[in-house]
Amino acid sequence: MKANLVRKVGLALLFAPLVACALLSAPLIVSAAEGAHLDRAPDVRNDQAALQNGAKIFVNYCLNCHGGSFVRYKRLTELGLTEQQVIDNLMLTAEKIGEPMRVAARPGEQKQWFGVVPPDLSLVARARASADGSAADWLYTYMRSFYRDDQRPTGWNNTIFPNVAMPNVLWDLQGQQELNSQTHRLELPVAGQLSPAEFNKQIADLVGFLVWAAEPGAGFRKQLGLGVLAFLLVLLGVSYALKKEYWKDVPKN
Amino acid sequence: MAANGNYEKYTSDGSLRGRALEWFDKRFPLTSMWRAHLSEYYAPKNFNFWYVFGVLAIVVLAIQIVTGIFLVMFYKPDASLNASGIPIAFASVEYIMRDVQWGWLIRYMHSTGASAFFVVVYLHMFRGMLYGSYRKPRELIWVFGTLIFLVLMAEAFMGYLLPWGQMSFWGAQVIVNLFSAIPLIGEPLSLWIRGDYVVGDATLNRFFAFHVIAVPLALLGLVAAHILALHEVGSNNPDGIEIKDKLDERGVPLDGIAFHPYYTVKDLVAVVVFLIVFASIVFFAPEGGGYFLEYNNFIPADPLKTPPHIAPVWYFTPSYSILRSITDDYLIVLQLGVAALWVWGVRRLPDVGKVLVSIAAIAVIVGMFALEAKFWGVVAMGSSVAIIGLLPWLDYSPVKSIRYRGPIYKGFLTAFVIAFLVLGYLGTQPPAPASQIVAQVCTLIYFAFFLMMPWYSRIDKCKPVPERVTFQ
Amino acid sequence: MSTEGKMDCGRRRLLVATAAVGGAGAVATLVPFLSSMLPSERAKAAGAPVEVDVANLAPGQMITVEWRGKPVWVINRDAEMLATLPKLEGELVDPRSEARQQPPACTNETRSIKPNLFVAIGICTHLGCSPTSKFRKGEAEGMPADWPGGFLCPCHGTTFDFAGRVYKNKPAPTNLEVPPHTYLSESRILIGEERKGV
Repeated sequence: MKANLVRKVGLALLFAPLVACALLSAPLIVSAAEGAHLDRAPDVRNDQAALQNGAKIFVNYCLNCHGGSFVRYKRLTELGLTEQQVIDNLMLTAEKIGEPMRVAARPGEQKQWFGVVPPDLSLVARARASADGSAADWLYTYMRSFYRDDQRPTGWNNTIFPNVAMPNVLWDLQGQQELNSQTHRLELPVAGQLSPAEFNKQIADLVGFLVWAAEPGAGFRKQLGLGVLAFLLVLLGVSYALKKEYWKDVPKN
Repeated sequence: MAANGNYEKYTSDGSLRGRALEWFDKRFPLTSMWRAHLSEYYAPKNFNFWYVFGVLAIVVLAIQIVTGIFLVMFYKPDASLNASGIPIAFASVEYIMRDVQWGWLIRYMHSTGASAFFVVVYLHMFRGMLYGSYRKPRELIWVFGTLIFLVLMAEAFMGYLLPWGQMSFWGAQVIVNLFSAIPLIGEPLSLWIRGDYVVGDATLNRFFAFHVIAVPLALLGLVAAHILALHEVGSNNPDGIEIKDKLDERGVPLDGIAFHPYYTVKDLVAVVVFLIVFASIVFFAPEGGGYFLEYNNFIPADPLKTPPHIAPVWYFTPSYSILRSITDDYLIVLQLGVAALWVWGVRRLPDVGKVLVSIAAIAVIVGMFALEAKFWGVVAMGSSVAIIGLLPWLDYSPVKSIRYRGPIYKGFLTAFVIAFLVLGYLGTQPPAPASQIVAQVCTLIYFAFFLMMPWYSRIDKCKPVPERVTFQ
Repeated sequence: MSTEGKMDCGRRRLLVATAAVGGAGAVATLVPFLSSMLPSERAKAAGAPVEVDVANLAPGQMITVEWRGKPVWVINRDAEMLATLPKLEGELVDPRSEARQQPPACTNETRSIKPNLFVAIGICTHLGCSPTSKFRKGEAEGMPADWPGGFLCPCHGTTFDFAGRVYKNKPAPTNLEVPPHTYLSESRILIGEERKGV
């Protein structure tokens, strides 16, 4: 019948292109999955000693150029430190413990020295996430991927962030890496104070601290969530029973 | 609001409560509203899962308003830099997240609520398409709903600028620049919307005023109109038959049940289920994998540094895809489409219609030669939303509900859904040649679903509808 | 629909149970919203205690520091000033500081921890103006001949003595407020916090 044929042709016309598109886009999806390879950052969320160590590294090495201006020094007591410990060991850029971790340097001068103002790091562990991995993975890989490059004004380059303006601040701990132009792999011809395993641990601690600093309340949030869900399940049970009870009244057809 | 007849005023039973109620009811249509809209509003008894999204939309609206009020206590719409070199608006959001007691929870509820709103509204609209809820006499409900959808898009777009992150800024920059594509008035229009040469403090403050006061008021008014229009004619149902056709001796539909208590109690369960999903996201995955809180938005706005990949928030990606798919080459396809529509339409219309359609077709085809694709992209995007509002006048099927429609409609609807989802996905990805073609095909399918409906809804072979609703 | 008025027992029980659980949830939800209006960490940091060193404060002198946006006076009262205090019993509203306008440690004749150093919030307890110091006796600073020295609030004329106690028949109802404070050493005062065992 004509209507039947029309219908079949119409449906074929409608679906054939869709199928073709699905086939065309398949390679797109596959290629999108391949990106820069990032190493997995170890999870130190529950390791207070690691987080305290990370705070120490941050304050000693990073706070000179980068701000943490959304994190108040007082919040560091949530890592298991007393206020006095924070004041004595970590409070380098403020007078009162309620103040935020502002950068030591002045942004105007930094623009002159580096060409760009080093970004505030309070939220870097949320901002650098991507399809390739979490922001922690990015930071963990980035901090360990500097290599010597005499073409750069700082003398350093980075495989994760090509032509970055940041120098390798931790070079004396890590040693000096070089990029093998054949294998495109990083090698460590000049050793630093720490072995690669020890250095990785320090970076893991620093990254763990940055993850904490990006959302200090994350642990509490999840705990509270469990309680809220438990409550809602109870409410679901009792309200469902109530519904069933009332709907007994409604006759079936 | 005695829409369905006059209700007698409440008479006191002598108690204090009774007397107070009687006093109030003499001066305010309290019990008549209660009865018209709740205890004597008779809704079909066969509402299924799809009917839950209207109530959920109201719940999400309430969540957004309450959390919004509290956020406004702490948020500062100021694009200038604070002492640490960070824009004050951005810093005020982090102030909420870290310094305000429970601020993080209020913020996450608001950001999750924004995405939840669109999930709920898309599903709510889809219900309308499934069961023909837009058919006569419910066209006006559908028109109000389309307006609500448009207004909601504006509200979300303006709200997203407020955190003043990289995505906020550049998304707004791109979309406001689109208006400049309109011939003659485009550039001055963009300047007027922005209040400046680029998106800046002026834009931020006016978007704040709109997002917090003007648009929510419009939204509330439209929602009230939407519900009043619904209650005036009564609800549709999954079988698409009119329950008011069969009344009992009291004038109550045989297949109707009082909204209160039956649907209040059933909707309560739905609300709790929704809250479980909502709470799971708020407490365990507020970033939504980067879709609800975009990663790039944790970087303060920098007018001098464009991010490598700008994409709108997920709920705008289908429309954005359609906009992006309109290229100069594609315009030829569209011109052919317009011509085909003219050929089909001009035979059926009366003389006045013939002339109007011919003028419109010629204007569009000539315009597609004269004006750049960028402009037609904006037109396509706007049309993709506006055409939803035309559904009541495109559907010529003798039946309302998909349960009784034939395979042609089901095929077109399936293709439409797939096309919509594909367009949505493509909108999150950077443009590429292969995906460009896919988007263009999907755009065609999207519009074909609507524009070919007057034809395929007529020739489709439908099943007979039942006498009474299906309720087991 | 069930018959008017009468509700089945089971139904009522479920209704009450749902209302109770739901109500508890609603109240619990209210808590974060209302709590958000309490002072934020930023407000608390700004309102943190202030340390002042009075080693160089000569007898008879006064300095003013800011704490929580309010002026706080520290006066090193000399012997003459302290001598005026016991003689004023009859002219004051609350000579023995019975109203709780000072920490327990300061509920004494001099309204202070150390007899000579007086710490007080310099805000008149009437409507909030800051009183002017009128330390010189008699008419030297425009006060009446029998003025022993103290403070005059310029807005509505309330007078206070050298321990911040308010005179009778004046607009202000109570003595000046003494904030909680601690002596970290003989000359270092921490204003805003009472620390035990320092």
